Amino acid sequence: MADSNVKVLGTWASPFVMRVRIALHLKSVGYEYVEENLLEAKSELLLKSNPVHKKVPVLIHGDKPVCESLIIVQYIDEVWTSAPSILPSDPYDRAESRFWAAYVNDKFFPALRRVLISTEEARKVAMAEILEGVVLLEEAFKKLSKGKAFFGGDNLGYVDLAVGSLLAWIKVIEKFTETEALSEAKTPSLAAWADCFSSHAAVKDVFPDVDKLVDFGMKLRAKFSKAATAAAATTTN
Amino acid sequence: MEGGVVLLDFWASMFGMRVRIALAEKEIKYEYREQDLRNKSDLLLQMNPVHKKIPVLIHNGKPICESLVQVQYIDEVWHDKAPLLPADPYKRATARFWADFVDKKMYDSGSKIWKTKGEEQEAAKKEFIENLKLLEGELGDNLYFGGEGFGYVDVALVPFYCWFYAYEQCGGFSIEAECPKLIAWVKRCMQKESVAKSLADPEKVYEFVLHLKKAYGIE
Repeated sequence: MADSNVKVLGTWASPFVMRVRIALHLKSVGYEYVEENLLEAKSELLLKSNPVHKKVPVLIHGDKPVCESLIIVQYIDEVWTSAPSILPSDPYDRAESRFWAAYVNDKFFPALRRVLISTEEARKVAMAEILEGVVLLEEAFKKLSKGKAFFGGDNLGYVDLAVGSLLAWIKVIEKFTETEALSEAKTPSLAAWADCFSSHAAVKDVFPDVDKLVDFGMKLRAKFSKAATAAAATTTN
Repeated sequence: MEGGVVLLDFWASMFGMRVRIALAEKEIKYEYREQDLRNKSDLLLQMNPVHKKIPVLIHNGKPICESLVQVQYIDEVWHDKAPLLPADPYKRATARFWADFVDKKMYDSGSKIWKTKGEEQEAAKKEFIENLKLLEGELGDNLYFGGEGFGYVDVALVPFYCWFYAYEQCGGFSIEAECPKLIAWVKRCMQKESVAKSLADPEKVYEFVLHLKKAYGIE
């Protein structure tokens, strides 16, 4: 069902963009995908559609832009009301889902980012946070899934999108630090879920190639290290 | 506690104030429990083991954490009175965007004002005012961010007002001079009992900031 009324501005490497695309796939909403070039200047359309943050993803529905991945996912869930529901219907379950998505955005993702771009000491601290985080997420999975395959139960839900979109990047930092974060031994439920998530019909076409992502991650790392060194050099006294 | 509503909070927290306002708007009776953040209670640690932070809303014995999650929960459970989020999905997305903007920008840029001095402080003041001006732009000529009625973004932002005096004193500037429209909006909000009763006294907040500066060793 092609809906030329829906556009997504994104980049292949962004977990946040992935969340939006999975949500649209779940609802069988056709859309035009516009790849922004991460390493070049931002497009006019992006700057016009997200003047406040100038970031992807942006969903443009008709001529109306919606920004911030979790806000976009909720918008998609509320506009296209066909099954499956991405957020649960019970208010307490919704609050729990929103809590864990916020945890991923506010704590887990920044730690992942720090592992990638920091120098050794800070990287060790950040990796320790990641290892603690996956234990928390393992517990959350057991509680929210109620024995089913996904955080959302039988279907992908809000927390699946929030966490699952980071799986490829988790693999990148596992390779980079030569440390296992998700494993059958330490996080058995999450490890099983990760396989189900990445092979899901709504996910597999937008799950990035991990080798490509490792390459890209190293470029990002170099870019941020250079910037950090330059900044340090200009603050002399 | 079963069936009841309990709020674990700290008097000066803008995040706690959001929840107090939402509960007052919906006329929900609840038990307020002031927390000692230097000596966290067993209940707080048990109810928010992940972040160990206030506010924590406890409803029917079950905890809800994170202030905007709590406000949405309150809006959804007590949905027949004083709706905070609009009904239209696009307007909801817009409201969520600006509440998220407040979360991402206001606390950090405000904190930097009282925590730093010199060039760093000037940069913090500039960023803070820029953020307020963006919010003023979003408000436009509306009475509230929610349009005709007080809503979600109003709840998210107005608690920061009681910290403005402290920022102004520490930073040596006037927020009203820079953002008169925003202060006019604040005054409109303060006419609502739910807001006036939920915000802390700005003088007391300033005293608290001075005490924090001493404790952190900030001149």
